[in-house]
Amino acid sequence: MTSDKPLQVALAGNPNCGKTALFNQLTGSRQKVANYAGVTVERKMGKLVTPAGRKVKILDLPGTYSLSAASPDEMVTRDVCRGVYRGEPAPDLLISVVAATNLRLHLRFMLELRQLGRPMIVVLNMIDAAGKQGLHIDLKRLEKELGLPVVTAVGIKRGGADNVLRALDSPPVAPPPPLPDDTDLHEEIRRIMALCVSVHEDRKQQLEEKLDRWVLHPVWGMCILFVLLFIMFQAVFSWAQPVMDLLDSIMKQVADLTRAVLPAGQISNLLTDGIIAGAGTVIVFLPQILILFLWILALEESGYLPRAAFMLDKIMAAAGLSGRSFIPLLSSFACAVPGIMATRTIQSPRDRMVTILIAPLMTCSARLPVYTLLISAFVPSRHILKIFNLQGLVLFLLYGAGILSALLVSRLFKRSGANEPPLLMELPNYRLPGLQSLAIELWQRARIFLSRVGSIIVTLSVIMWALSSFPAPPPGGTLPAIDYSLAGRIGHFLLPLFAPLGFNWQICVALIPGLAAREVAISALATVYSVGSSEADAAAQLAPLLSSQWSVATALSLLAWYVYAPQCFSTLAVIKRETRSWRMVCITAGYLFGMAYAASLLTYHITRFFSG
Amino acid sequence: MRLSKLPLYETAVIDRVTPLTSSDTIARRLSELGFVPGEPVRVVALGPLGGDPMAVEIGFTRFALRHSEAERIILRTPAPLPDQKHSA
Repeated sequence: MTSDKPLQVALAGNPNCGKTALFNQLTGSRQKVANYAGVTVERKMGKLVTPAGRKVKILDLPGTYSLSAASPDEMVTRDVCRGVYRGEPAPDLLISVVAATNLRLHLRFMLELRQLGRPMIVVLNMIDAAGKQGLHIDLKRLEKELGLPVVTAVGIKRGGADNVLRALDSPPVAPPPPLPDDTDLHEEIRRIMALCVSVHEDRKQQLEEKLDRWVLHPVWGMCILFVLLFIMFQAVFSWAQPVMDLLDSIMKQVADLTRAVLPAGQISNLLTDGIIAGAGTVIVFLPQILILFLWILALEESGYLPRAAFMLDKIMAAAGLSGRSFIPLLSSFACAVPGIMATRTIQSPRDRMVTILIAPLMTCSARLPVYTLLISAFVPSRHILKIFNLQGLVLFLLYGAGILSALLVSRLFKRSGANEPPLLMELPNYRLPGLQSLAIELWQRARIFLSRVGSIIVTLSVIMWALSSFPAPPPGGTLPAIDYSLAGRIGHFLLPLFAPLGFNWQICVALIPGLAAREVAISALATVYSVGSSEADAAAQLAPLLSSQWSVATALSLLAWYVYAPQCFSTLAVIKRETRSWRMVCITAGYLFGMAYAASLLTYHITRFFSG
Repeated sequence: MRLSKLPLYETAVIDRVTPLTSSDTIARRLSELGFVPGEPVRVVALGPLGGDPMAVEIGFTRFALRHSEAERIILRTPAPLPDQKHSA
């Protein structure tokens, strides 16, 4: 009956076959996301129990078009399916997912998988969409022709994977003997399709046909792309605000409560000024990050993102890249870490390196707190031409500066006469994103962000608090306490290097923890400027303080610094992991530092020149 | 005629895919994606700047490819239709 050893199942299929939605449907939230041993391909493993009580471990393999792998992702799929991947048990059962709407393409990979001779189930996913398109598939006949069990599924609908669950209870079926090696798989597909698939009416891809006329149109398509990006930024900056204010006041209350409960002293200070204030300044940005990720995920699931890549390919080509780099770069606006991880889908190694190199120039959400604070402190909230808010305009310029620099840098790295990188990309069918699937993916992102807050950022906030609290000022000391602390000394020590940029020693102090996570620079400034303050919402206090203490030139110079904001440790760590090269890490850190220094220097002196 | 020269919204049948070198991975990938002799292919969109890349439909799948990639795909010269003179 049911054995204790779980059944090892691998889910394989083409890109855009709806495999991930099906995986989410099968496993719900019982998944674990990690990396495959030795490479940085994302490994998604989930657990489930079948209706008959059988335990199943299911692996969601990266989507691939064939077993003749062209990228690291595809190599993982190939080797796991063959049962030769180091550290992965050979799967007891393969589930080959094919989109019922795209049999001609997807059956090919299914046939390749069948050649491996492992027990296998074929899942006809998106069967509802096929029905709507007037496509009728004779399941019994298909099972007979393939010699394998075939079940239907709707990956994006609740209960849409029930047939698959039931099929897991049946004993595995070994496939028929493999076809001779020289078989033309396309001929075989034509034969199978002629026998099993009938088209009821004149089947056109009506939705794709209608939408693509607009979405891929040289003029309208560009407008649509622009509007979508505009809504994205609008959502991030204005819709998130109420939630952010709420979180802010909650953190403040938590700090006040802690202070009220604990006896006054260093422990109370550590908890409130160090830990709660540190975590608070960062958790506040969770809504923005979630909105950004939600938007990107929704665009991805709906099938739009590759079309955006199509529209932008020519521009990317001018920078020596292909449209494929667009998706990782767009993700980098949320955070460079997932962006750099998304470069795995780029097949040309050189292209991938350049994309990784410029990804940190996309203004990540961690830089937003710094921008928001400085802009609100130094840029007047005035309207230009009655519609553009000056503050918004400055923000837009900062984003633009990052993008422009990225294009220039990538252009510099373009070798003359090098092969043009390939584009060759599927434009998947449009579909409504499944809510459950979106929620699961979003939850995983949120978890990564929060665990970052929990570990790196809180640790750093505590260190910063300690550095700026000890040693205490000597009795009779007349200067502010911070001047006597370790942090103050480090700041003064670094000052000669940064003084040409208009930075004061307080900024120098804040730059240090900013290395580990950019957003901490704000809480560090708060610590430096208001040690002993009893407020948790340091950022709100900080703005008026800064505008009274810094010159406009200094503020703009710091903004320019953060456009390049070199060396967030997480980014450098992920670059090391993805490229396995310290050289790439050094190049990235070095060139970003150089650009940041140059940009700040220019900004500072130009502003001083004009402001007299 | 090569696929890169096929005008917008027109359909033609693939004759063959020609590799540019002996180990042309792009040519192999094109075959894997279903660009095989006998399949009809249609241009559904041209890129915003200079018509490159192009979006083509083959079977029920759409692909974006650059001209340099589409050049590997040779089309069967169709019997000239009465209203169509620009297929040279």
